[in-house]
Amino acid sequence: MLSAADLTAIWLTLKLATVVTLLLLLLGIPLAWWLTRTQSRWKSTVSAVIALPLVLPPTVLGFYLLVAMGPDGPLGRLMTALGLELLSFSFTGLVVASVIYSLPFVVQPVQNAMQAMGTRPLEVAASLGAGACDRFFTVVLPLSSPGILTAAILGFAHTVGEFGVVLMIGGNIPGATRVISVQIYDHVEALEYGHAHTLAGIMLLFSFAVLFALYTFNGRRRHAGLSVGGLP
Amino acid sequence: MNSTAPVSRGEMYLRFFLARSRFSLDVDLTLPASGVTALFGPSGSGKTTLLRCIAGLEQAGIGEMRVNDEVWQSVDTFVPLERRPLACVFQEASLLPHLSVQGNLDYGRRRAGRRQCEALADGEAQRIIEMLGIGHLLARRPQGLSGGERQRVAIARALLANPRMLLMDEPLASLDQARKQEILPYLERLKAEFNGPLIYVSHATDEVARLADHLVALENGRVLHAAPLDKALADLEAPLPLGEEAGVVIQGEVSELAPEWKLARVSAGVPLWVHDRNFQVGDTLRLRVLARDVSLSLEQHKDTSILNIVPCIVEEIRDDERAGLMLVRVRLGGPGGAPLLARLTRLSVKQLWLVPGLRLWAQIKSVALVY
Repeated sequence: MLSAADLTAIWLTLKLATVVTLLLLLLGIPLAWWLTRTQSRWKSTVSAVIALPLVLPPTVLGFYLLVAMGPDGPLGRLMTALGLELLSFSFTGLVVASVIYSLPFVVQPVQNAMQAMGTRPLEVAASLGAGACDRFFTVVLPLSSPGILTAAILGFAHTVGEFGVVLMIGGNIPGATRVISVQIYDHVEALEYGHAHTLAGIMLLFSFAVLFALYTFNGRRRHAGLSVGGLP
Repeated sequence: MNSTAPVSRGEMYLRFFLARSRFSLDVDLTLPASGVTALFGPSGSGKTTLLRCIAGLEQAGIGEMRVNDEVWQSVDTFVPLERRPLACVFQEASLLPHLSVQGNLDYGRRRAGRRQCEALADGEAQRIIEMLGIGHLLARRPQGLSGGERQRVAIARALLANPRMLLMDEPLASLDQARKQEILPYLERLKAEFNGPLIYVSHATDEVARLADHLVALENGRVLHAAPLDKALADLEAPLPLGEEAGVVIQGEVSELAPEWKLARVSAGVPLWVHDRNFQVGDTLRLRVLARDVSLSLEQHKDTSILNIVPCIVEEIRDDERAGLMLVRVRLGGPGGAPLLARLTRLSVKQLWLVPGLRLWAQIKSVALVY
């Protein structure tokens, strides 16, 4: 059913999505916390920039990233100056692009959970002797964990489902940038509808399972009356 | 800025100025650094804001605060809340929802050392848990507790942090009458055992009468009155706007029991009979007598159901907030006795020819035991 090339594409996609999800959480959680707490006048600008991939066609984002990562772009020059390989048409480049592309899907659920928590738990923790860092790890993270879980699932799924940006900056290199969505595209181009069906079916099942899990989880929490509470 | 304001050991000095769009707080206070100080006033009077300034939750634009000889806030100092050796009990449920009751109790206890509070010994911690009657709740989650239970856990959590100062922001306001009566005895026990200052925000006169030693009355962000409770309640120069609840508190000691009548005799300069709630001779009680429950008479009537008829001397007479009524302050027994307020009609005052210095009898219709 699945060819070796299909399996390579699936493996590459899972690897990409895992790495990207971890990076997204590392970047997105502090960013969401900053957006929740800040009164800086840059807040709207930063929020808008993060949300851009929600409305921008992936080709536009991909195009700018391609230019930036190319040999004459600022990122490309930086990589060359550091003696590193160019990011365009590489797995690393794909990771960078995917992080930018999926960032709003991670920042927004986490930010919502942090806002719903309110300031009272933080005041309570401070009144019991917890400093800012202590409060972040012992109050903010546990109380926004449902949002973080949602964010991780959405970030992973969105990266798996990405196509346009990959095609623009990664192209179609087996084992490096040829992810499932590109592999399906190739199958269709080659009129291999049987192979396309198998992969498309897997993607459909995967996406449904992810969303089903998400809604079941969120619904159960709402029933338990835990708006910001811990995991069930 | 003023950095030479006098503050001696056993006192705390507060000065805060904070301006909001529709509200400003402007206070300059010296308070005792022990006992219960009530911040009292209607909603919007600034009492919670003042408490938040004391805690360090609110950073007033101009602020100064010293406790004993420690500076918590000045022009160039601001000790953040987590470094101040205090603990707070908030108005509504404030338990950390992701922790069990035990987890909540441990949260403050484990961090006590970070702000120069000694960690509490296990035995002492156990005693506090028992005092608040929450031993059977330790494994539970906050979501499954009743309002009264949550507030008891919050009080225990504050005490387990072993603070040197306790701040309470209307801890009973979110509870119904039955739950209030459930918590009040715990607060009284706490008051008896806690050594440091306890600052208690409330708009309920009965709570203040029951718990406070010192009263700060606030209105529109300004201090109306700051004095020991008994003085503040009996002051006619600058009366508190208490309306029907005007009255005094009197401290006394149980001197005699009359079990056949279920009565106890309390000596407060003069003897007063109160309902015996299994007191022992020597117990100290706090009594509350409302001005509307006191009438004055030139003779000692024997033909009345009123038990407490005591000699007194008129000290001061003032118009009441309500037209046609007057407040009369008398001293029980004689000029040095405890003050008592009586609310009389203007006509009665005229008919009895009441003037300062006149000796007469006060008939006290009811004495509320508050402690």
